[in-house]
Amino acid sequence: MADILLEMRGITKTFPGVKALSDVNLQVKEGEIHALMGENGAGKSTLMKVLSGVYPHGSYSGDILFKGKACEFRDIKDSEELGIVIIHQELALIPQLSIAENIFLGNERASRGVINWNDTIVKTRELLQTVGLHEQPDTVVSTIGVGKQQLVEIAKALSKKVKLLILDEPTAALNEEDSENLLNLMLSFKQQGITCILISHKLNEITKVADSITILRDGQTIETLDMKKDSINEDRIIKGMVGRDLTHRYPEREPKIGPVFFQVKDWTVHHPAQQERKVVDGVNLQIRRGEIVGIAGLMGAGRTELAMSIFGRAYGGRISGQLFKDGKEVIFRNVSQAIEDGIAYVTEDRKHYGLILMDDIKRNTTLANLGKISKSLVVNDNQEVVEAENFRRKLAIKTPSILQKTGNLSGGNQQKVVLSKWIFTDPDLLILDEPTRGIDVGAKYEIYTIINQLADSGKGILMISSELPELLGMCDRIYVMSEGRFTGEVLRKDATQEVLMKWMTKGKGAGVK
Amino acid sequence: MRAELSKGQTGWSLGRLFKGNIRQYGMFIALLLIMLLFQILTDGILLKPINITNLILQNSYILILAIGMLLVIITGHIDLSVGSVAAFVGAMSAIMIVEWQMHFVPAMLLSLLMGALIGAWQGFWVAYVRIPSFIVTLAGMLLFRGLTLIVLEGQSISGYPRAFQKMSAGFIPDIPGDYGFHMVTLLAGVAVSLILIFFEWKGRMTQQRYGFDVLPLPLFIGKLAILLVIINLFTYVLASYAGIPNILVMLFLLIVIYTFFMRKTIMGRHIYALGGNEKAAALSGVKTKKMTFWVFVNMGVLAALAGLVFAARLGAATPKAGVNFELDAIAACFIGGASATGGVGTVIGAIVGGLVMGVMNNGMSLVGLGIDWQQGIKGLVLLLAVAFDLYNKNKTA
Repeated sequence: MADILLEMRGITKTFPGVKALSDVNLQVKEGEIHALMGENGAGKSTLMKVLSGVYPHGSYSGDILFKGKACEFRDIKDSEELGIVIIHQELALIPQLSIAENIFLGNERASRGVINWNDTIVKTRELLQTVGLHEQPDTVVSTIGVGKQQLVEIAKALSKKVKLLILDEPTAALNEEDSENLLNLMLSFKQQGITCILISHKLNEITKVADSITILRDGQTIETLDMKKDSINEDRIIKGMVGRDLTHRYPEREPKIGPVFFQVKDWTVHHPAQQERKVVDGVNLQIRRGEIVGIAGLMGAGRTELAMSIFGRAYGGRISGQLFKDGKEVIFRNVSQAIEDGIAYVTEDRKHYGLILMDDIKRNTTLANLGKISKSLVVNDNQEVVEAENFRRKLAIKTPSILQKTGNLSGGNQQKVVLSKWIFTDPDLLILDEPTRGIDVGAKYEIYTIINQLADSGKGILMISSELPELLGMCDRIYVMSEGRFTGEVLRKDATQEVLMKWMTKGKGAGVK
Repeated sequence: MRAELSKGQTGWSLGRLFKGNIRQYGMFIALLLIMLLFQILTDGILLKPINITNLILQNSYILILAIGMLLVIITGHIDLSVGSVAAFVGAMSAIMIVEWQMHFVPAMLLSLLMGALIGAWQGFWVAYVRIPSFIVTLAGMLLFRGLTLIVLEGQSISGYPRAFQKMSAGFIPDIPGDYGFHMVTLLAGVAVSLILIFFEWKGRMTQQRYGFDVLPLPLFIGKLAILLVIINLFTYVLASYAGIPNILVMLFLLIVIYTFFMRKTIMGRHIYALGGNEKAAALSGVKTKKMTFWVFVNMGVLAALAGLVFAARLGAATPKAGVNFELDAIAACFIGGASATGGVGTVIGAIVGGLVMGVMNNGMSLVGLGIDWQQGIKGLVLLLAVAFDLYNKNKTA
């Protein structure tokens, strides 16, 4: 029986009006990978903030014991001194600084306030070696990809002599390959005796690496599962998280597929800054009414760029190719033309590209189609309330009022507001870019149901996702994209993760035959 | 769930009403308190009819600038050049009217057009070349101050016709006869009251037709009554001196038009959205560059108008006109609740903010505080007002 490294006992934390954590217990054994799971808003991040000292001692009740000693952290520095390091979901690197500068930021290799750069570089090399990142220490962070940035974060944690590493959704922004690397890295840390707490929504990752799982729901500990003892599968975990059996993760649907109504021919897009680089290369695709079409691909395959370039040239330079809608060629010079012609694009990153976070649900809902509730350029506020209420009810947006600021909503509800906005534009084609990223299992199911209803009402759906099971569960047909080209097209009945993966990793020189 | 919600919505009370609107009313209350304070400190001079009239005349050009500045700030930008632009346009108007003997009406129109072109020039650099507005308008501030000095050759030009000066210094005409009061002013108060009652009642009827919860009738009448008393007290005070200043009519129209524009029109919404999140707005079909450009054009026109008003009030164009106007206009917006990061702010807020500054200037001068103390105190008030606003925001979030 391994020793208990960390014990959190009876943690209760309240915010004005909300009890975020109520009597939560967590026990982490030395040298294990301990997964912390729960729906969004279950209290995982709050618990970790209590642990790392973001919420100082005194602002919560309960005890934290680290290596058997009671701890009272005043701030993050206190917890880091004991070797508790947290890596947040949103990376905390400074993009303009180099890898070495980032790793030792706040912990500079210095004597009397003067930085010893040679020592810094040598130490950085060692750390990069450990995490398996082949970059120079003086490389500027903004020039490397998200996956590599994540590794820099981990190297930064290692530089602090970490005993307990907390990773909050480390793979949310990573593609399959980088995620795989990261998980393997965690397993190798385990051998070196570093204990990890992993927060993730991805069940397959959890079942792969975790030794035990603690499930939180509504701010309470539900259970702790031992992966070795109990026979734990994904469905068992989901049941703990949502408190009910989810027999199907994807809603049933009888596809009613109509005629082809939207076509893209020989679509080529160049990088806006590097004019000779092709980001999308000769893509052909077609979508039928009532059909859900997926686009699979690794990060950087050009999926978002393809979608945005179609959507009124919101991305890219020197775009060539043709778009056809209902048999007629259409040309979108800007986003508003695309919207008018019945195209909607639900963006990948709802906080940065999807919502005006400081505005309320009502205003966000109507923004893309204010003309619908206006008479000679004057907005009818009353009609707006009616429409927004309507969407709140139809999409079951959980909020006390449509006057709530969207910045205060949970991820799932934010995504529903974004969907409302685009459904309100009466589109024929909805392009959904990572529609369920960062959303918990329960809300995902609701989003899937909405997508299915949209398809059944005769709209075409083009869905971009990095989660292969989601594409397999939802789509009637899947295009596979790699390095700007479509490398394959698979029907639902023939699609498996293996087939998709094969096409996704296919390099240049292959095209759709 | 539904029953609970509808209960929450109908549960009106004065406390709730106040709480929900504290951001909106907070500055009003602050303004009233400041007025009360100086009313006491000045032994009642502050609210004397002649002083109220003076207050309006003194602050008109800052309020005009504040309206334009509010739009700029909502889009997430800033305009440091407005004082210099006002001075330059004032100078050009003097050259056209005084030196070239042009009639003042076409000269004014040309001046406003000049303002629009200056706005377009700055808007081009900000919106299409994407140079930060701080830099573009800092350059503009120097450029147009320089041009002012050049065209005026360092001298003031005076000798505007009386008709032109009346814009800033005159009052609306009265019906002949001596009633002891300015009758048209009183009637204007009554007319505005009737119009207000009509629109408030119509709005209430429409909301009821949509099946929304409305304020309970007694509260509705109470709120309306307070507004009516304030309006008529105000016109009563003005009527006992010389009546409504011409410039107040212009300001009133500007406030009504811009409030309507920002609250009710699609373009107003697009400006808020653009300031709230430019990328999201662009991907929702808002033409962000075009909107930004036109907001600067609008600022240019209003800066030109402020320049004309100031020149008319002074009866002269001077090289020093408009110095620090931009700072007063910016301060007015922020005191009035606009957000420095864009996306938040109201026209009424900016006006109230401008009045807070104006009343303080006036009150402190009346008390006999030196300009040195005035500056310092105004600085602190700006800081405290924004801190108070942030505190409220965090509490309600």
